[in-house]
Amino acid sequence: MKPFTKIISIITPFDKANVDTDQIIPKQFLKLITKSGFGKFLFYDWRFNHDGQEKSDFILNDSKYCDSQILVTNENFGCGSSREHAVWALKDFGFSVIISPSFADIFYSNCFKNGVLPIILDIVKIKKLLQYTEKIELDLDSQKIIFGDESMNFEIDSHRKIRLLEGLDDIDLTLKEDEKIQHFEKNSSIVSIFG
Amino acid sequence: MNITEKILARASGKSTVSPDDIVFAKVDKVMVHDVSGPGVLKVFDKLQKQGIDTSKLHDPTKVWIAEDHFVPSAEKISAENIVKLSNFSKKYDIKKHFKYGMGQYGICHTLSHEEALVNPGDVYVGGDSHTNTTGALGAFACGLGHTDVAYVLLNGEIWFKVPETYYFKLNGKLPPHVMAKDFILNIIGDIGNDGGAYNTMQFGGTGIDEMSVESRLTLANMTTEAGAKNGIIESDKKTVEYLNQRGATNVSEFHGDADADYSKILEYEASELEPTVAKPFSPDNITVARELSSTELDKSYIGSCTGAKYEDLLAAAKILKGRQVKIRTEVLPAAISIYKRAVKDGLIEIFLDAGATVGPPTCGACCGAHMGVLAKDEICVSTTNRNFPGRMGHVESQTYLASPQVAAASAVTGKLTDPRDLN
Repeated sequence: MKPFTKIISIITPFDKANVDTDQIIPKQFLKLITKSGFGKFLFYDWRFNHDGQEKSDFILNDSKYCDSQILVTNENFGCGSSREHAVWALKDFGFSVIISPSFADIFYSNCFKNGVLPIILDIVKIKKLLQYTEKIELDLDSQKIIFGDESMNFEIDSHRKIRLLEGLDDIDLTLKEDEKIQHFEKNSSIVSIFG
Repeated sequence: MNITEKILARASGKSTVSPDDIVFAKVDKVMVHDVSGPGVLKVFDKLQKQGIDTSKLHDPTKVWIAEDHFVPSAEKISAENIVKLSNFSKKYDIKKHFKYGMGQYGICHTLSHEEALVNPGDVYVGGDSHTNTTGALGAFACGLGHTDVAYVLLNGEIWFKVPETYYFKLNGKLPPHVMAKDFILNIIGDIGNDGGAYNTMQFGGTGIDEMSVESRLTLANMTTEAGAKNGIIESDKKTVEYLNQRGATNVSEFHGDADADYSKILEYEASELEPTVAKPFSPDNITVARELSSTELDKSYIGSCTGAKYEDLLAAAKILKGRQVKIRTEVLPAAISIYKRAVKDGLIEIFLDAGATVGPPTCGACCGAHMGVLAKDEICVSTTNRNFPGRMGHVESQTYLASPQVAAASAVTGKLTDPRDLN
């Protein structure tokens, strides 16, 4: 995973609540066996007409946002199916940050596994961000979002922050700790009830 | 400690845990299916490129594989994924691979209880969000993304933040024609799509004691629709008997402490519950079925891990017996073992006589994959668990979530029907 660096980008205002992973990446793409390239299927039914033409009124089809790396959305983003393809699609499309008042649990966890930073902000701050049309600066290290003359802080679990900054996923991190784990395993008295 | 805390404490070798603690828990059982399996393989490929040894799983005896989402294969990619799964189980010596067309197979969550794969007190994770289902057996059961499942397969453990527990107490026995599905839809309607986010939803009370294991499974299944980390019900004699009947050995009950703490206790009176429906496009968009009696339908779907267990089929068959369906009606038993029992007991004949069609076990149209998806503007009543836009087919189709009884009664009238109103 690439280390997460400071991001300067305009936001894509996506003011929708309860966006489920069926919408983010519809079922017909789940069986694809390629590792990358899910971005072109992101929000497929919302982005494209039945003839495959882009819907001009859908925000992700607006060229203004084509370089945006930050999606600002509303509560319970990523609910529904656990499909990790949803994060793959958002990442592949170009989003590295998703800001929402709340996320569904499995989606939230999947983000960190794929170098996407999910940020939880209260709804007042979200509404402010949704209105902001200039570039914002997002600094994970100082946990700050700077826009114009203003800034706001965000919370993130310190372990997850380090992982993103160093570009480590859970598995990489475990490998770093392999010796300790071996030691723990050897000395652990936990007995699985299945033996 | 409540039961979830107690299981996580046991699995992490701690004497006590509290909500918000981070624990590294040993995992007792792991499941992947034909979507998450190929997803895990992708993660393995990536790890191999990084020089990480993925040649062995931590313990293949704890792993099982289900073929459910895209079987029977409707096209080449799905067929290839099934081959990939076969190679996967062969390479890693996974004995419990339930293959389509080879005896027992079915929806992964249904297999977890039909095959007695999970026991009270277990930590069970799966590459599917409805893994919560199996918590009804008194286990800690939750869904994970592909990367996390890959991690568990290689390491046998994973970290959890100990969730807070909301306790839903059901007082009294459910009235006739009211099913567990109606109860859970009411709960989701009350607390919302994210009302259980990262919490445990535990069910108890006299109404749960009265309930069959299969009804309890319906409750835990749809805790996912409220965003819960896990759903759980304390095991009892019924649980043990249910698992023993399905070939389990050495099953014992596992309980939380009698004086356990809960973050919230919400009480429901069973006598006040009515047949309930979740309208498009969200499981929390509920109303009583009677209010929608003028809603015309194109299809009734009785299937999925939520609504095609034996008891669900029995409830539907009781309504369809001697009646005719007015709309396209599909019944897909959730596993071969259930299908066989339904054949033996004459349920399948009832469905066929009523004019319904019976399909093989598969997730099929529940996730809009295949096997009876909806066309534009079509309206379906379904015993499944999600009704997001396009969930069961065309993005402009509509799904009403309901109990097997409501789905069957609606099949007879062609409109959304409260089973109590059927002549």
